[in-house]
Amino acid sequence: MPEPGWLPLQRADALLATLREAGYRVVGPQVADGIIRYGPLGEAAALPWGVRVEADAGRWRLRRTGEGRAFAWANGPQALKPLLFAPEETLWRTDADGRPAPQAPEAPPPTAVIGVRACDLAALALLDAHFLRPGREDPWYAARRSGLLLVAVHCTHPAATCFCASTGDGPEAREGHDLALWELEEGWLVEAAGAAGERLLAALPLEAPPAGAAERARTEVAAAAAAQTRRLPEGPLQARLFERLDHPRWAQVGERCLACGSCTAVCPTCFCHAAEERPGLDGSSARVRRWSSCFTEGHSYIHGIVLRPDARSRYRQWLTHKLGAWHAQYGRSGCVGCGRCIAWCPAAIDLVEEMEAIVGDA
Amino acid sequence: MATPEPVPGIDLPVPARVAGRVQESPTIVTLRLELEDPARQAAFRFAPGQFNMLHLPGVGEVPISISSDPDHDTFLGHTVRMVGRVTRALARLPVGARLGVRGPFGRGWPLEAARGGDVVVLAGGLGCAPVVGAVRYVLHRRRDYGRLVVMQGVKHAEDLIWRAQYEAWAREPDVQVLLAADVAGGDWPWNVGPVTELLEGARFDRGRCTVLMCGPEPMMIAAARRLEALGVPAAAIHLSMERNMQCALGRCGHCQIGPWFVCRDGPVFRYDRIRPLLGVRGF
Repeated sequence: MPEPGWLPLQRADALLATLREAGYRVVGPQVADGIIRYGPLGEAAALPWGVRVEADAGRWRLRRTGEGRAFAWANGPQALKPLLFAPEETLWRTDADGRPAPQAPEAPPPTAVIGVRACDLAALALLDAHFLRPGREDPWYAARRSGLLLVAVHCTHPAATCFCASTGDGPEAREGHDLALWELEEGWLVEAAGAAGERLLAALPLEAPPAGAAERARTEVAAAAAAQTRRLPEGPLQARLFERLDHPRWAQVGERCLACGSCTAVCPTCFCHAAEERPGLDGSSARVRRWSSCFTEGHSYIHGIVLRPDARSRYRQWLTHKLGAWHAQYGRSGCVGCGRCIAWCPAAIDLVEEMEAIVGDA
Repeated sequence: MATPEPVPGIDLPVPARVAGRVQESPTIVTLRLELEDPARQAAFRFAPGQFNMLHLPGVGEVPISISSDPDHDTFLGHTVRMVGRVTRALARLPVGARLGVRGPFGRGWPLEAARGGDVVVLAGGLGCAPVVGAVRYVLHRRRDYGRLVVMQGVKHAEDLIWRAQYEAWAREPDVQVLLAADVAGGDWPWNVGPVTELLEGARFDRGRCTVLMCGPEPMMIAAARRLEALGVPAAAIHLSMERNMQCALGRCGHCQIGPWFVCRDGPVFRYDRIRPLLGVRGF
């Protein structure tokens, strides 16, 4: 593997230029509408320079510090999921005579995403396992997934809601990316993983890293792991969760839960979607899928019966799946420790706290 | 990464026509469907207990089990009960109407593994359609199986469909047909009471049989417990489960029961495997 190179922050635009020259459109995080959102990135100056995130249960705020870093924050409400698993997608159309007319999956141009975190990469691997199951690949997801290039950033500033160290998914990005950035005050230490990353690394106008940069970068990421205070109970939790389906805590959290589905919308691994028929006025019709949630009434509906009529049973379904049944389905827990469900819950429900109460005493 | 195209018949519906329809009761219709592409129809292979997704353009798409014979019929039989918006529209389709078909999906009944032993079919309420295909399958291959016991329970005597068919089955050699209604009407020569009571009168080899069950879950749970008490191994008991299915491909997430996607890992489950979550509210 080639040696990591150094890109001073004042030359950050060289990264975007190199990606564009390699044929990628560039997507990255930016401050918009009071949050950090991933979208087309025109210049490095549009990155969230000098902001930090203050997050807690039911709370997420941007704080401007003016410091010279672009990635001194952990995460916003979304990262990769909407880019791959579209919030809404037309699967097929029928003409006025009812003949199906295939809707070719929309293949976006090759896209490079800058600022992907370790938790996002772990979540991506889980979405891949779900949507790209061998022999039954989801063509719509696959079309968006192909041609995706990932520029990871190792986390140095975890939010109080982060617990990736306890799920084993961060804060250091370990696999699934093409390039990775270690951010220091004065520049990015850039390293490559895999052939595409190495080609880009060779094309970047890199300098020799300042003395001690690699050590300082590693120290910062190690400190980011040590700074995390939330920890999931030691797993795997599958057996313990299914042994405790009648634990009184499910009813207590059900009293607080609004069943709004915010947690499943911001969760980077939640994949549930509903199919809808959209008839047109001309007799044609479209079959559309869009994000859904196990917190909706319709999720468990079957011929006149709602199998999960209350927030208690829906919250239990969500977590017995995410932290339990996921092991049987995909070989690991479905939680990557990003903490988004904690920050974006309007009722300030903390998944870590709930799991501690239900399965933490084993 | 090569991008897979949506597969017609799996990811996308293929066009089919209603070639025939039988009004089984005021709310139940059997549709005989033919795929518009004759080669596709001829190549369509399925196992009893599997299901198709039937797409009615402008209305919606629902999973319906296949009740025709995989080897002897040249059409796809689907018995539809009017329970919701889509099934009401499907049940009103006239002969010649066009609809879309995706499938077959799921795991069907273990009829290959059942060869050489007795086959016991237990259906409750109007959930008899998924097992009818299995009964016909066994009757078409009579020498491959031992005794065939068919038990069907209904709430009201007038709910029974396929009455003539049960009577015809009962005349076949080594076939026992037992019917029960919770509420009997005037012309009801069979049992009155729950379908599980029929087990006492069923004659089959409890150590060498395959049980196929379909119907309301409380009925299946009661019957499975009774069968175990009678000496039938839990691994010989199979249940067809129903859940909300919107994709049939294990993608949309609605049909999960614990670790299983019913559309892919089911709809037929072995009792000993699914027992821990059977009857647990919320699953």
